[in-house]
Amino acid sequence: MKKWLAGTAIALTLALPAVAQDDTLDPNARPGGGIIITYKDDVATLDPAIGYDWQNWSMIKSLFDGLMDYAPGTTELRPGLAESYDLSEDGLTYTFHLRQGVKFHNGREMTADDVKYSLDRVTDPATQSPGAGFFGSILGYDAAADGSAKGLEGVKVIDPATVQITLSRPDATFLHVMALNFASVVPQEAVDAAGGDFGKQPVGTGAFKLADWTIGQKLVFEKNADYWREGIPYLDTVTFEVGQEPIVALLRLQKGEVDVPGDGIPPAKFTEVMGDPAQAARVVEGGQLHTGYITLNVTTPPLDKLEVRQAINMAINKDRIVQIINGRAKPANQPLPPSMPGYSTDYKGYAYDVEGAKKLLADAGLADGFETELYVMNTDPNPRIAQAIQQDLSEIGIKASIKSLAQANVIEAGGAGTAPMIWSGGMAWIADFPDPSNFYGPILGCAGAVEGGWNWSKYCNEAVDADAVKADSFNDPADPARLALWSEVYQKVMEDAPWVPVFNEERYTMKSERMGGADNLYVDPVSIPVNYDYVYVTE
Amino acid sequence: MVAYLIRRLVAAFLILLGVAAITFFLLYVLPADPVRQIAGRSATAQTVENIRHQLGLDQPFLVQFGRYLAGLTQGDLGHSYLQKTDVGTLIGARLPASLLLMAGGIFCELVIGLTLGVIAALRRGSALDQGLMVGSFVAVSAPQFVVGLLLLYIFAVKLDWFPISGYGSFSNLVLPSVTLGILGSGWYSRMMRSSMIDVLRADYIRTARAKGLGRARVVLRHALPNAILPIIAMIGIDIGIFMGGIVVVESVFGWPGIGQLAWQAIQRVDIPIIMGVTLVSATAIVLGNLLADLITPFIDPRIRLR
Repeated sequence: MKKWLAGTAIALTLALPAVAQDDTLDPNARPGGGIIITYKDDVATLDPAIGYDWQNWSMIKSLFDGLMDYAPGTTELRPGLAESYDLSEDGLTYTFHLRQGVKFHNGREMTADDVKYSLDRVTDPATQSPGAGFFGSILGYDAAADGSAKGLEGVKVIDPATVQITLSRPDATFLHVMALNFASVVPQEAVDAAGGDFGKQPVGTGAFKLADWTIGQKLVFEKNADYWREGIPYLDTVTFEVGQEPIVALLRLQKGEVDVPGDGIPPAKFTEVMGDPAQAARVVEGGQLHTGYITLNVTTPPLDKLEVRQAINMAINKDRIVQIINGRAKPANQPLPPSMPGYSTDYKGYAYDVEGAKKLLADAGLADGFETELYVMNTDPNPRIAQAIQQDLSEIGIKASIKSLAQANVIEAGGAGTAPMIWSGGMAWIADFPDPSNFYGPILGCAGAVEGGWNWSKYCNEAVDADAVKADSFNDPADPARLALWSEVYQKVMEDAPWVPVFNEERYTMKSERMGGADNLYVDPVSIPVNYDYVYVTE
Repeated sequence: MVAYLIRRLVAAFLILLGVAAITFFLLYVLPADPVRQIAGRSATAQTVENIRHQLGLDQPFLVQFGRYLAGLTQGDLGHSYLQKTDVGTLIGARLPASLLLMAGGIFCELVIGLTLGVIAALRRGSALDQGLMVGSFVAVSAPQFVVGLLLLYIFAVKLDWFPISGYGSFSNLVLPSVTLGILGSGWYSRMMRSSMIDVLRADYIRTARAKGLGRARVVLRHALPNAILPIIAMIGIDIGIFMGGIVVVESVFGWPGIGQLAWQAIQRVDIPIIMGVTLVSATAIVLGNLLADLITPFIDPRIRLR
């Protein structure tokens, strides 16, 4: 996928001034103005150590910065608060050289101590960060996570402008981890002053600062005039209005009261919007790092039989399921989405073949089929998709009863391993960062196949796990040999068939007429729905 | 009277304690783990256990409930799992919006319901009467979600008389209040109609007529006040129905009240918020009923509180 930061072993010795020139400035951009984004749900928190839903993810991105960042609209890593870094020969020690003169929203200059404080904070069990586990490769993580040590041994402040991070094992994804929201740099005095409420009073170094938050109504982000990327952001304000049903948000957009409905186009209105050329022209389509799949619990008979799982893979008519959701997805044949590096372009997967599936079932001694359960989250369109799956299964004699439950209950059943089959819709894996490893560990690896884990198939193939560890021991995440190894890992997974990959969802972002900026900013792979820092208004 | 009040308050306290215990128990046995919601999908087993321990969710039910009650006695409704903010603060920030909406809803249901009820009573047996009564039946049965969207589509999108959603100005209040009020107006119009018919049959009305008073004066000055009184006491009981209604109406119109808060919390298994909103609503319902009972003797001196 696109360009990748090449040669991470080579230090990026970019001689940049105190204020970074941004190579991605849009010559047509007009600074000023404000936009309105709507959401149905209230924003839970803006604390970068805590926020982990797709709604606050992009907001936090605009309020905070980490050492690494992504070029807007792409999955390409670029330096953030670190101006450059060196990597030691053994691939274990990163030395980050911080950008000088970067100020927090409270006016204080950001230093290496803040970086250390922020990483210690996110891994401190008292913070209860859902992202703590991402930092597992940093030396001293285990001691920090179980509370036996205060702070991470592997993070050292060399001088106010230099931080050294030592890993306990080579980790190809480490720079991606440093670009996660969880690795954002926060000022200790603001965290302490907020007294546990930092999520409502965030202070960062980002392009925007929080100006106003009326609980249950709206949040106003205001341009950070001192932002270290010169010329960014273009907008003066971004207002998030919450509590707006997607259908109401669409009506308001059509009236010109809203610029982007954050929850997207409601499924019931999709055909209507796309059928109207004027409206369709304002919809930007793009891929996303998402796969929708059916998990087959390999510990539950008769799904423990490989033939049965392969038969199910062949029995599902994926094209029809895609039609059910108005074609808002592409059929999938492997766990990775096509836009993810490491995707196997030549892999064909299991073709739709009802007769072949029946034969496999007969080979497994189940010519008469069997009864099983299919768990599904109870919001549209998931129950309808489950019905289609049910129908496909009945074609080969499998009688699946549908268990349609609230999201939390499905997740619970999946984690406990009591669900024979789960349709992942509404809870499906969307990558935390654009790297193939992110689709493995928690959802297909042995580590996730524990009680309460997200590996709902309870699939654990130790040989594949060993390959995955090998792939992540490379220094350069974009090393072709590494990506080839990942491609192989996922093909081996598919041989064992613990999943039926069904489709990869496409993203459709609708915007108002006055909004400007390149299309890829509206389907930014890491800033959903849009990259607030780089979009602008034309009037 | 004082003894009655004390007895009712004790009863109210026990009811609330019961509500708290039942809700807490239901959330406790719920087959969904709040800790997993907090910990997120990438959390290790250790992180999950750490969080469970910090929140005290590894304790037995009685210990958890005891701690919760201990907090309540100090006015502490707990701390939201996901928003990491005091539940009291969250509810406090949203309660005024819900109260305003409720006031608007009560106003609408009374104005619509009483007016239609009086008209139906005066035209008893006519086609108009029958039409209104069928209409009231529809109003009672119509799902509020549908009514809300319909009103929104007609008056905000097509006619552009009101804003589609939002909060803060009078024009924002109209559509949600009407949506909320329509349900109750169906009940009120039926009650008002029968109450009015009873009053119109009463001897004093015949006397007033016989005195030679005009029809309008008889209806407005003599019949109406007497017919309305028994209905006013119903408002207290309405609060319970409204608590259900605001969850729906607030989500349709983007009204920043506690109904919306509850709905979001339920989806995310944010137990402290669910408990908090349940208790606040239950308190409102209990107080509403108490108030209705206390008002009754003033309206109808034949009723004594014992």
